[in-house]
Amino acid sequence: MTATIQPPRSGRISPQYRRSGSSKGNFEMLAWLFMRLSGVVLVVLIFGHLTVNLLVGEGIHAIDFGFVAGKWADPFWQVWDLAMLWLAMLHGTNGVRTIINDYAEKDATRMWLKIVLYAAAAAIIILGTLVIFTFNPCPVVDGVQLPGGFCPAP
Amino acid sequence: MPTKPAGTLYRGREGMWSWVGHRVTGVVIFFFLLVHVLDTSLVRVSPEAYTAVIGAYKNPLMALGETGLVAAIVFHAFNGLRIIAVDFWKKGAKYQRQMLWTVLALWVVVMVGFSIRHLSLALGGH
Repeated sequence: MTATIQPPRSGRISPQYRRSGSSKGNFEMLAWLFMRLSGVVLVVLIFGHLTVNLLVGEGIHAIDFGFVAGKWADPFWQVWDLAMLWLAMLHGTNGVRTIINDYAEKDATRMWLKIVLYAAAAAIIILGTLVIFTFNPCPVVDGVQLPGGFCPAP
Repeated sequence: MPTKPAGTLYRGREGMWSWVGHRVTGVVIFFFLLVHVLDTSLVRVSPEAYTAVIGAYKNPLMALGETGLVAAIVFHAFNGLRIIAVDFWKKGAKYQRQMLWTVLALWVVVMVGFSIRHLSLALGGH
């Protein structure tokens, strides 16, 4: 009796040889694709961020509370910074996840490093998102204007 | 006696070293990003707290650090685009070596321009 061997790309591969359809699904492929798509967008977002914040006008000397307030008064920069925060954090977290998987050999070590990584990433993403959306350019505490605030003339 | 294998796409030479460079710069950028979100979050504490901490970025030593960070970002960005080309362009793997030298040449050009502008602003009389 001769066993029939299907061509590799026929899609009729025995289940034990199939790369997809395991418990992990195609998460790794999606992660791989995400790195490339987010990478292209991040090149634009970060080069724009560096140009506007460091190269234009007085450069780094212009950065203070008023500079941030002026930028976030414009929804354009809120969306820009929000997209940069999420994409950069997810891109970086996935990169460090790959490095942990490559170098941490013990199962327990890998697990703990990834728990710390995911906790830190979640904290930073949530914090950054809240800061962008709850930012107040004109903070007042107990009826008193905080020094250094950025209040447009009434 | 076994002989040393020749360089391949993955072992030794441009392919491997660009991979090493991509990992190292990636980790450096990631840790800076964590700190950078935290320092920016001080705008939510008070204007004075933010302006005080951001002032730490404005000393000459930090100007060199920022230039190093941007060097890491620019390499990671250009080499990332090269990786995309290797993966998606039909001739990407064939020309990966030439593309790395292109990445490095562009990196030098961008970094010379950035360093002149940023260091003269950061270290200049203000």
